[in-house]
Amino acid sequence: MSSIATGLKGRAELGVALLLGAVGVLVFLDANGLVTPYSQSDPVGPKTVPFIVSGLLIICAILLAINVLRGGKGEAEGGEDVDLAHPADWKTVLPLAGAFILNILLIDWAGWVISGTLLFWGSVLALGSRRYIRDGLISVALALLTFYGFYLGLGIALPAGLLEGIL
Amino acid sequence: MDVWSSLMDGFATALTPMNLLFAVIGVLLGTAVGVLPGLGPAMTVALLLPVTAALEPTSAFIMFAGIYYGGMFGGSTTSILLNTPGESSSVVTAIEGNKMAKAGRAAQALATAAIGSFIAGTIGTALLAVFAPIVVQFAVSLGAPSYFAIMVLALLAVTAVLGSSRLRGFASLALGLAIGLVGIDSVTGQRRLTFGQPLLVDGLDIVVVAVAIFAVGEALWVAAHLRRTPLHVIPVGRPWMGKKDWQRSWKPWLRGTAFGFPFGALPAGGAEIPTFLSYVTEKRLSKHPEEFGKGAIEGVAGPEAANNAAAAGTLTPMLALGLPTNATAAVMLAAFTSYGIQPGPQLFSSQGPLVWALIASLFIGNFLLLLINLPLAPVWAKLLQLPRPYLYAGILFFATLGAYSVNLQAFDLVILLVLGALGFMMRRFGLPVLPLILGVILGPRIEGQLRKTLQLSAGDPAGLFSEPIAIVVYIIVAIILAWPFIFKLIRRNGPAKKPLLPANSGAADYSD
Repeated sequence: MSSIATGLKGRAELGVALLLGAVGVLVFLDANGLVTPYSQSDPVGPKTVPFIVSGLLIICAILLAINVLRGGKGEAEGGEDVDLAHPADWKTVLPLAGAFILNILLIDWAGWVISGTLLFWGSVLALGSRRYIRDGLISVALALLTFYGFYLGLGIALPAGLLEGIL
Repeated sequence: MDVWSSLMDGFATALTPMNLLFAVIGVLLGTAVGVLPGLGPAMTVALLLPVTAALEPTSAFIMFAGIYYGGMFGGSTTSILLNTPGESSSVVTAIEGNKMAKAGRAAQALATAAIGSFIAGTIGTALLAVFAPIVVQFAVSLGAPSYFAIMVLALLAVTAVLGSSRLRGFASLALGLAIGLVGIDSVTGQRRLTFGQPLLVDGLDIVVVAVAIFAVGEALWVAAHLRRTPLHVIPVGRPWMGKKDWQRSWKPWLRGTAFGFPFGALPAGGAEIPTFLSYVTEKRLSKHPEEFGKGAIEGVAGPEAANNAAAAGTLTPMLALGLPTNATAAVMLAAFTSYGIQPGPQLFSSQGPLVWALIASLFIGNFLLLLINLPLAPVWAKLLQLPRPYLYAGILFFATLGAYSVNLQAFDLVILLVLGALGFMMRRFGLPVLPLILGVILGPRIEGQLRKTLQLSAGDPAGLFSEPIAIVVYIIVAIILAWPFIFKLIRRNGPAKKPLLPANSGAADYSD
């Protein structure tokens, strides 16, 4: 058991293979469930391409698993602001995702101005800014500007939500 | 001449005050996001798609043209002043460019990059104007079997040739094809991969997919690895060049253009290979080979010209065949479809004025870049100091806004987050993003051509080979797929050749 555990350590990439395989099986099952009579005008039918895609996914999953177990490694992407020397900083990513989810939950009910403000403010805080007041003011300004910009400039009415009638 | 008069009409459209304004906005926006880390031209066009939906298509594409070239130019500014290239195409520029900047010659490096980009972009756009109609004439004679073959070639070539791992490229392509399957099958009306969810019936909006993979994925990925110590930005004044710099730059500009355009126009083009070839050539031909590695101006001039010429080349298959070969072209193609414009050879006949206005605005955009960017370079350099929390929070904010405004559905934001997490995972484990995007965009069209082909041949698979062009393309496909094995055989049998690439180049290993 412990040898398997050490064997799996640092092989998080196997998760990618697992995901590919799972999507492959899903695509296969979904296509298999389609009921279509053979049609002269469409000999290929809606199933063929999904079967090919599912095959490609599953083959990639198997080859990737073999590649990873043999010590292969995907090269993490670099960039101007990316420092790969330190491990993934979940204390930043998770609050960021939290701000994003909060916006999804609130946008239709509370409206874009409120949810957008929280989204930007939450993201800036998660990313390490500590000027609460200035950040808050910028957030409100951005949300209001985009709300009116979209409404007046593009004719797209973002939800006003709780502030309906005020805005 | 026909091309000439069409182009003049295009200029007439593009030079109206309103459209000129859009070109200026595009160029400024493109350069700004090209300079800003974490943002690229593909992401910018994706983010702007919903905003431009209210505009006339012509104005929108004029703006996209400005963003396209502006983004290329901005990327080179960053790599010269920061030595951390954001895009793979500016890796080579950073080698000599940053050395020049450190030696106090940042102004000359930026000038040769800007002027070289202008010359290469202008020549490249002229070649585009000449060649695209020729390709179209050839393309209208092609039937479904050939189209199917060419699209397969484009997908495989981008997947197999670019990037460092073919396997991971194919994994990314397969995921993209799977995403492209979601929704109603256009021929039979069957629901595929919708899981009974009515909101998925129309398929995943390409804007949402592109914004998720480029913007949200990137923001999350950078957030996880945010550099805590700010990078040192080399201060710069107004770019200028002395007489000697001009003498040393003009030949590399022209040679770089000659490398860049053909590679950009190929289905697997990209700017990585030509910029690299240009660098190697300049190093060999230079009268000052000892300066290479210490900041040789030829090493900036050539690759930058190659980069921009490749960008122009990429537009040839995009406009003439409806085949995107880089991320920005792919997103622009999605924009065509969202305006209800069918890309492909019919584009020139059905949307002639739009296409020629687009080509004319590429010339204008190029000229504006030169005009605007030389004096504004110090301002762009300041942009590099934007506090990172604001930058990445802003990307998330506008990504959300853009994706939401397409359909005003919170459900799209859920998809945005899920695919954003996918984008994060792909960056973490080295899965290239481009094959996925191309898979999403080209997948449904490939399937359409496949079904049309077999419909014509009444289900006989031999129908796939019924056109000579298709057979030629399949032979090329076979060679690309078999290449690593052939390569191994040659290596085993013959004496090992010296590697062509210098060890410190930082260029990707294409042989895999």
